Amino acid sequence: MTWREDLRYLVLGDGQADRIVPPSGFTARLTVFAAAAMAFLAVFALALALASNRLAHRWGAELAGSSTIRIVAPETQLGQQTEAALGILETTPGVAFARALTPDEQRSLLAPWFGRDVDLQALPVPQLIEVIEEEGFDPAGLRLRLAAEVPGAVLDDHGRWRGPLLASANRLRGLGWLSTVLLAASVAAMVSLAAQASLAANAQVIAVLRLVGATDRYIAQAFVRRFTLRALGGGVLGTLAGGVAVASLPAPPESVGFLEGLGFAGADWLLTLCIPLLCAVVAFAATKTAAHRALKRLA
Amino acid sequence: MLKALTALAYPRLCIETGRALGHKGAVTPGACVIELENVAYSYGDGALLTQVSLTLAPGSFHFLTGPSGAGKTTLLKLCYGALHPTTGNTLFFGEDVSRMSRDAVANLRRRVGVVHQDCSFLDHLSVADNIRLPLSVAGRQAEEAREDLAELMAWVGLTERAQALPPELSGGERQRAALARAVILSPDVLLADEPTGNVDWEMSQRLLRLLVELNRMGKTVLIATHDLSLIRAAKTQVQARVLRIVGGQVQQAGADL
Repeated sequence: MTWREDLRYLVLGDGQADRIVPPSGFTARLTVFAAAAMAFLAVFALALALASNRLAHRWGAELAGSSTIRIVAPETQLGQQTEAALGILETTPGVAFARALTPDEQRSLLAPWFGRDVDLQALPVPQLIEVIEEEGFDPAGLRLRLAAEVPGAVLDDHGRWRGPLLASANRLRGLGWLSTVLLAASVAAMVSLAAQASLAANAQVIAVLRLVGATDRYIAQAFVRRFTLRALGGGVLGTLAGGVAVASLPAPPESVGFLEGLGFAGADWLLTLCIPLLCAVVAFAATKTAAHRALKRLA
Repeated sequence: MLKALTALAYPRLCIETGRALGHKGAVTPGACVIELENVAYSYGDGALLTQVSLTLAPGSFHFLTGPSGAGKTTLLKLCYGALHPTTGNTLFFGEDVSRMSRDAVANLRRRVGVVHQDCSFLDHLSVADNIRLPLSVAGRQAEEAREDLAELMAWVGLTERAQALPPELSGGERQRAALARAVILSPDVLLADEPTGNVDWEMSQRLLRLLVELNRMGKTVLIATHDLSLIRAAKTQVQARVLRIVGGQVQQAGADL
């Protein structure tokens, strides 16, 4: 038999063959519960992975392609140095656009720390220049020119922010996927144990089947189909419960950017359909392996 | 009954000529259905059978006797590949079992009907479902053989008990159900381990008549029993060879049996 025939039997079943394994409450409940619990957790792991993915993209997109120049100078020289820096930027290759932030924009940047009514005149606040990069931008060369002509200018190309942030986001995403893999492995272990318990409890059934000429494949199929369908059922239940739980998470305040992304958006929901299927595939493989091992041992 | 067993039969060994008629398992022309060559079997350190050679020719009838623990059941299990000999060879229809895969042995086992002393069934299935179990295992649809199954149930006298569960059957009914299950695929050989061990005299005679009838259809029959009265009764109906296990070896029994 080929895997196609295995799959055909798995989907269509065989009325008589499906009944040869007696219904066993304990292993059935264990498999359904394990699959449901793991699917529930997998929904959160998937949500975490997707949120991390979105976060990495957002941080990457927001911080990539832009730099900031900070002019730190006495108040009397601040305007002059800002003009000089903008002049340099106009003739610098790789600079698509550059502008000095307005006092209102600078005030809003400080608002989280000092409130909306901060008086910029009373604070030694540097002037910020936003730089939009394009192809050919050379931060090292620009730094040298600024150092020579605008002594109070400091170029921040966001590299020291973006690198660690992206690394963190990528690590979070990796943890999400690792959690999903570990959960799949847990499902495999639980289903494997349940299948072994069921095979051991049904040694008499196996002996009768062998007596009437059943092949190992025939015997294994009956167990495999049952456990696969149980895992699929448990996976569907767990995924539904997990989906409802994620959907009902309270919306965090707008300022908490990370939590805002934890959840599924649009087509992300379709990915959750993979979780019950993953449960079924894992159960199929685990039960098949366990059954063939047990049948070899019982031979 | 003959119709039922013929209709249910797979293309099977032609007993008269020793040729295979389209059966997947090739059969060496003229081969015995089962053959043990210098077979020994040990449980742990204790040798139970030593240097046993046995041939079951097509259409023959055999009794296997010996005291309890002599190795009758073990010998029967060796005959259908449930046990593998410690030394020596077992041949199914001319093929060495030791060189076959488990699945190949399973396929050949469908040509060997077995009736165990304890008559193991799947207790959650009805008697009818248990009897048709070999059909399912062989990949045949139960619907194809519905009439033949009914005829087979009638032959063993279990029509009224078709939907009962095995634990609800009496000892004799269990033996007859096991016999029906053993012959539903029309095997070439029937092995029975103490088939009358748990039944009264009348039922044992009824079972014996069924076994003799099968032999007259051309089936090879080997019955392990310590019931000498059964052997004597059989010898009035069929030409039977009586074998006795003594000291781990199989001997031809004397004429007193």
